[in-house]
Amino acid sequence: MKTSRPLTNMQPARLEIEHVSVAYNGQPVLCDVTFHVPHGARVAVVGPNGAGKSTLFKVLVGLLPWHGGRILIHGQPLGHHHDCVAYVPQREEVDWRFPLTVSDVVMMGRYGRLGWLKRPTKEDHEAVRRCLEQMRIADLAQRPIQELSGGQQQRVFLARALAQEPHILLMDEPFTAIDITTQETIMAVLDELRAQQVTVLISTHDLNLAAAHFDRVLLLNRRVIGYGTAQEVFTQKQLMEAFGGQLLILGEGAVVIDQCCAPEAQRRSRA
Amino acid sequence: MITWLTAPLAYGFMQRGLLASLMVGILCAVIGCYVVLRGMAFIGDALAHAILPGIAIAYLLKGNLLIGALAAAVLVALGIGFFSRQGTIKEDTAIGILFAAALSLGVLLISTIRTYAVDLTHILFGNVLGVSTGDLRLTGALTVLVLATIALFYKEFLVISFDPVLATTLRLPVEWLRYLMLILLALTVVVSLQTVGVGLVAAMLVTPGATAYLLTRRLPTMMAVAALIGAFSSISGLYISFYWNVASGAAVVLVATAIFLAAFLFAPQRGALWQWRRGRQQAVLAQCAEKEH
Repeated sequence: MKTSRPLTNMQPARLEIEHVSVAYNGQPVLCDVTFHVPHGARVAVVGPNGAGKSTLFKVLVGLLPWHGGRILIHGQPLGHHHDCVAYVPQREEVDWRFPLTVSDVVMMGRYGRLGWLKRPTKEDHEAVRRCLEQMRIADLAQRPIQELSGGQQQRVFLARALAQEPHILLMDEPFTAIDITTQETIMAVLDELRAQQVTVLISTHDLNLAAAHFDRVLLLNRRVIGYGTAQEVFTQKQLMEAFGGQLLILGEGAVVIDQCCAPEAQRRSRA
Repeated sequence: MITWLTAPLAYGFMQRGLLASLMVGILCAVIGCYVVLRGMAFIGDALAHAILPGIAIAYLLKGNLLIGALAAAVLVALGIGFFSRQGTIKEDTAIGILFAAALSLGVLLISTIRTYAVDLTHILFGNVLGVSTGDLRLTGALTVLVLATIALFYKEFLVISFDPVLATTLRLPVEWLRYLMLILLALTVVVSLQTVGVGLVAAMLVTPGATAYLLTRRLPTMMAVAALIGAFSSISGLYISFYWNVASGAAVVLVATAIFLAAFLFAPQRGALWQWRRGRQQAVLAQCAEKEH
């Protein structure tokens, strides 16, 4: 499972996705998706439920197969650079009653580079401590994860992804149902990552957030509807195309009927 | 008191029985932690019943019953892994189907044996006092093998159990590790047959782990505490069996159950009494603290 690592950690990554399609049980979920992300850019992936946002992320970390086209990271096919993509899944995807402490979970981010039969070294413990501090949860290091609040869980997941020292970071709906402090912490960390030129893709329902804090927006509904700056992408026509009936037009502005509180079943089916 | 404890040791069959059930108690408890955490309680029962055709075939061919059981258990474990891979059907459904099929095959084969002897009933209910030196060696070897594998792949098993998605993104061979865990479980079940029998293996897998879960906060300590509970239940169950002349497997399981009940009621933080005492006020406070953070 080890290949040569010609890249240093935290080297800015270029991500190129060209003509990629994904199907579940014969049903197309993503059709002919093409976009390029330059070194160290921060991209918001926006679209309605079932648009294929999670699917896109799962393809990028090698969890799902795709049809046609190609995905290049640093100009190399996906999978060539083993551990340079980190994925922060939605919080409810794991069992938080597991008997683990916060630092146990963050240490899992190091397992990829540890290799078989190896125990974590002093360096790994040091990296875990650094990531916990970065997420402002160093005081929770020895806390059992079953005692964490939703916002704290999100921070633990992000700390674990940081421990992977990724070149590309994918976060699936990190801003759903978290407190304002956690949102601010995540934003601060994203700024630190920008300084390190880590490429970041985040899916979100929050159009204001996408417009305010991201270099680019990918408007997705099974295919790419728009890709560029928020001003270029968030036009009435394109939002209408992406959100359809869920969009309420009010005079000059457009208001999206937010579906962040969709029933669990619907959220699951989108995965 | 001392003579009460040492008197049974005068018998060779008691020495072997105690050693065998000590190993099985520890082995079941340690791997049982994964069974509890992964929600596979059903699987111990299923594997235990699934070995019947293997035993019947071995009996018909006049081979070693344990080897037959081992082959059948590994086959069924692989079958469960195969049918539930990529989530084609759910793991518990695959277990249900294979368990019933193997059990039926076992019953069918046994019904062809006109006068099946004591050996088979021993497999069903366990006969720890009939453990031979050869059995003891096999039990010892398999116990060391399974425990060593669990220790070697500790971090890999931990990730695939807690977060299989992360395991995949770390490029771990998730499917392969899942098969390995199923095979380890199959070996454990077969090793346990002699002490507790088909009917009670599931309890030895689940009860110590569930008890330890209530008492601990990290996986390594959970495994250690489970092992202690498993060992204690095995030994004391056997003494009870010796002095009151009751079935040993049942005595072992009931001791483990009694410890579980005590933990369920009195465990700090998670015990029923503790929860009741903390009551609603505490829940409100917790919610406030969460908002603050």
